[in-house]
Amino acid sequence: MVKDQEYLEKKASYCLDLAKKLGATDAIVNVGSSISETVNFRNKKLDESNRSDNLGVDITTYIGKKKSSISSSNLLKDNLNILIEKCIETTKNTPEDEFNELPEKDLLAKEVKELNLYDDTHIENDDKIKYLSRLETSASSDEKIINTESSFTEDKSNFILANSDGFCKGFKTSSFVASSVAVAKNDKSMERDYEYTLKCHLDDIKSAEELGKAAAEHTIRKLSPKKIGSEKIAIIFDKRIAKGILNTFASAISSSAISRGTSFLKDMIDEKIFSSSINVFDKPDIIKGLGSKSFDSEGVKTETLKLVEQGVLKHYLIDTYNGKKLNLKSNGRSGGTSNLYFDNGKITYKDLLNSNSKCLYITETIGHGSNIITGDYSVGATGFLVENGEFKYPINEITIAGNFKDMFQNITLANDLEFEYSTNSPTMMIEGMVVAGK
Amino acid sequence: MSNFFEKSDLSRKEAENIISDTLKKCDDGELYLENSKSENVGLDDNKIKNSSYNSDLGFGFRAVSGEVVAYSHSNEISKNSLKQSSENLKSTLKSANGTYNYSIPKSNKKYYESINPIEEKTLNSKIDILNKVNDYLRKKDSNVKQVTANFSGEQKSIEIIRSGGEALTDIRPLIRFNVSVMLEKNGRKETGVYGVGGRQSYDSYLAKDKWKNVCDEAFRIASVNLESKPAPAGEMKVVLGPGWPAILIHEAVGHGLEGDFNRKKTSAFHNLMGQKVASEGVTIIDDGTIDNRRGSLTIDDEGTPTEKTVLIENGILKNFMQDRLNARLMKTRSTGSGRRENFRHIVLPRMRNTMMLSGQQTQDEMIKSVDKGIFAVSFGGGQVDITSGKFVFNCTEAYEIINGKIGSPIKGATLIGDGPSILKEVSMVGNDMMLDPGIGTCGKAGQGVPVGVAQPSILINKMTVGGTKL
Repeated sequence: MVKDQEYLEKKASYCLDLAKKLGATDAIVNVGSSISETVNFRNKKLDESNRSDNLGVDITTYIGKKKSSISSSNLLKDNLNILIEKCIETTKNTPEDEFNELPEKDLLAKEVKELNLYDDTHIENDDKIKYLSRLETSASSDEKIINTESSFTEDKSNFILANSDGFCKGFKTSSFVASSVAVAKNDKSMERDYEYTLKCHLDDIKSAEELGKAAAEHTIRKLSPKKIGSEKIAIIFDKRIAKGILNTFASAISSSAISRGTSFLKDMIDEKIFSSSINVFDKPDIIKGLGSKSFDSEGVKTETLKLVEQGVLKHYLIDTYNGKKLNLKSNGRSGGTSNLYFDNGKITYKDLLNSNSKCLYITETIGHGSNIITGDYSVGATGFLVENGEFKYPINEITIAGNFKDMFQNITLANDLEFEYSTNSPTMMIEGMVVAGK
Repeated sequence: MSNFFEKSDLSRKEAENIISDTLKKCDDGELYLENSKSENVGLDDNKIKNSSYNSDLGFGFRAVSGEVVAYSHSNEISKNSLKQSSENLKSTLKSANGTYNYSIPKSNKKYYESINPIEEKTLNSKIDILNKVNDYLRKKDSNVKQVTANFSGEQKSIEIIRSGGEALTDIRPLIRFNVSVMLEKNGRKETGVYGVGGRQSYDSYLAKDKWKNVCDEAFRIASVNLESKPAPAGEMKVVLGPGWPAILIHEAVGHGLEGDFNRKKTSAFHNLMGQKVASEGVTIIDDGTIDNRRGSLTIDDEGTPTEKTVLIENGILKNFMQDRLNARLMKTRSTGSGRRENFRHIVLPRMRNTMMLSGQQTQDEMIKSVDKGIFAVSFGGGQVDITSGKFVFNCTEAYEIINGKIGSPIKGATLIGDGPSILKEVSMVGNDMMLDPGIGTCGKAGQGVPVGVAQPSILINKMTVGGTKL
C-alpha cells in the first residue's frame, strides 16, 4: 500500500521542524510514496513482472535570501537528520539571491478540489496477464506481424507538500497504462509502431482488443516506405505529434526561459504569435484529467488560463522565483502546465486532408530538433503521402524543418480534439515547411 | 564501502538465505544494492541558482527463468521488504525449473579509483569557479547575454549478492562540468554548450584554469552560430569531425547491435552476423576498460568484468553486446554490457565507450574531395528507430563545403540516415581518432546511463541533411 496521508504529514512536519530548529528561516518539503506494478508480455508469453515501491523526500531550506535543497529516498530518521543538517550548512554557504522566497500566502491553495483522480481498484497480475493475452492475440492476428510486445502498469501515488507558512496539503492519484508495440515485416522493410491508453480509472482504459488492433494497423500500414524528394509542402501532424509541438510552445513561455532571455517568445505578451483562429487553454480542474491538480509544486493554487486568445499570447507560465524576477505574480505553474490543449478548429479531419492536393501526414518524429531560443525546428520524420485527401504510400528517412515563429502563424486545426493525455491537440496542418529527402 | 545491513533489521546472513531460497529453481538473478550520493551546484543568470544534494538508497531483487524476468525494488532495506519482494518474484515464476550458473568470470582490474568527488572539493571552491566562469565569459565579449555553468558529481556504491552468497562490489565516481553561453548580436541569439567529465575528481579536469578551455569552446561554438546561414535540405556528402560526432556510430549501429533487440529479432541487424555491414577499413569496438572514462566500468551491473568487445572488424559484423540473460538465450557469453540506471531498473545490454578506430586518410583529403556537402563538427544528440534502422543526429556546429573548401557556418540541422547501410557509404576513414569530452548520456527504455564515444574524421558519401534551404 502507498503510505497514507498521516504518515506523510508526520514525516513532512518532522523535516520542517528540524530545519527551523537548525536555523532555517523558511522551508518547503515534499514527501511522496508510490507503488507501481507492471507486467510485460512478448509474443503472447509473460516476459517480465516488475514491482516498484518508491519513497522520496525533497527539502528546500531558506536562510533569509539564501537557499539550498536536498532529496533522498531514505526516510529513516538518522538519515534525515544528517541530510537536513547538511542542507542548512550548504544554505549558509550559498550566496544570497534577492528573488528567493516562499510563495505569497494569499496565493496558496485553500482547498484540494475533488477531481476524481484516484481509483482504489487493484488489478491482480493474473488479470493484467489475461488483458495482455487478449491484446496480443488481437495485435498478432495478421501474419505480417512478427513480434508483439505489450505492457500493463498500475500505479498508485500519494504525496504531501508542506511549507513553513503552514501550507500542508496533498492528494492521491492513480493511473492504469496499457501499451502495445508491434513489429511488421515484408520483403521490403521491417517497421514498428504502437498504441497506448492511459487513464486515472481502470474502467476508462481502452479494451485490449481495440489497443492490439490499433497497434497492428499502425505498423502494417508503414511497410514498404519510400523516400521522397526535397520540397516545400504542407504538413499534417497526427494528434500524437501535434501535442509535442504544443509542449514546445509551453517550454518557450515558461517564466524561467522568459526571465533568462532564452526564448523566442520573450516580450511577446499581447502579440499575435499564432494564426488568429488559434486558442490555447491550460485547465487544471478537468474531472479525471491526467494533468489535473489543485495547486502547483509550490502550493500555489492553479486556475484555468487562456494562454492564447485568437492567436494572441496572453500569459507566461509563472512560478514564484521567476515571477519575482519579471515583476509578475505566480499563476500556479511551477512544475509546468496541467491539462494543456489547443481548442478545436473549424474544419473536419477529412476537410483538412483535402485542403491541399498534396501533403505529408506525419505520424512519428525522431531527434531533439526543437530550439526554443531561436525557434528553429528540424527533426527526422515518418509518415504518409496524401493526395487529394487519400493516403497514397508510407514515407520515411526524411526530415521536416522550419521555424516556430513562421510555423505558428500557419497552423490550421481540425475539430477532432479529444482528452486522451495531459496535453492534447486536434490534428494540425502547417503550411510552408521544408521536407528534406532525396 | 557501504554496509547495507548496518542500520537494518535484516542481517547479511538472512538476506543470503532469502536470495538463495528465491533463486533456487531460477537460471539467474541477484540482489542488487545501491547507495548513491550526488550533487548539483549551478550558476545561471549571474547567480548561484541551485545547490542541491541527493542521497539514494535501495535494492532491486531479480529472478530470471527462461526468458522471463521478475523484478521488485524498494527503498527500504528491511526483512519485511525483502520478503515481500521474494514473494512477488516467486509468484511470477511459479513454474521456474532452471539451473543457476554459479561460476561467473572474475577480474582484479579496476578502471577508476574509489573516490567521492563531491567531498574532494569544497562547496566554496565550486562556487568560486562558477563565479569566475561567469565573469570570464561576460568580460570576454559584450555580446554574451547569458551564462549557465554546472558542477554535477556522484559516487555510487553497489553490491551484488548472488545465490549462494557470492558478493561483488564496486564504487563508481562520476563528474561532469558544463558551460552554456548565449550570445546576442543584432537581435539574433545563439548558444554554445561544452562540457568535460569522467570518473575522476573535478580538479583532474578543471585545475590550473582548465575551466577556461571549457568556456572558450562554448563561446567559440556560439560565435560560429551567430554567423550561420540556413542549412541546405537534401542528400549530400558529409564530412564528420573526430570525437563527439561519433554519436553517429552510437545511433546508427550501436543500439542495433545490443543483444536484446537481436534475440527478439527486432533489430535491423539481427540476421547480418558475419556479413559485411560497413566499408572495408571500418572497425568499431565497444570498450568498458579505458581508465577513468565516462562509459567505463570495472564490473557491469550483473557483476561481469567489462571488456573491449569488437563489434565490426574491417567491415564485417563480429559480435553483439550482451548481458547474461540475452547471452544465455543466444548461446553465447556476456560481454560485460549488462547495465541499469539504478536499483529501480532491470539490467539491459547497453553500450559503454563506443569507438570507431583510426584509418589512413587526413581530414584535409576528405574536405578536398567534396564538391558540395557539409562538414559537421559538433553535435547535440541523436535517436534511432531500431526496427526500421533509421537514425538522426542534431548538428550544433556545421559548415558548408563548396568545391573542396570549407565555407560559411550553417544553422543547426538534423541529419537522417539508415543504420545498416550508412557505414557502407563511409568512403574515407581519418587517422585522427579522438575521444569525446566525457558528457554523454544514453537513453533506452526509460533508463539513462553514462556512455562515451570516439571516432576519427570520416567521409560519408550520402546522407540527408534536414535544413530549410532548397
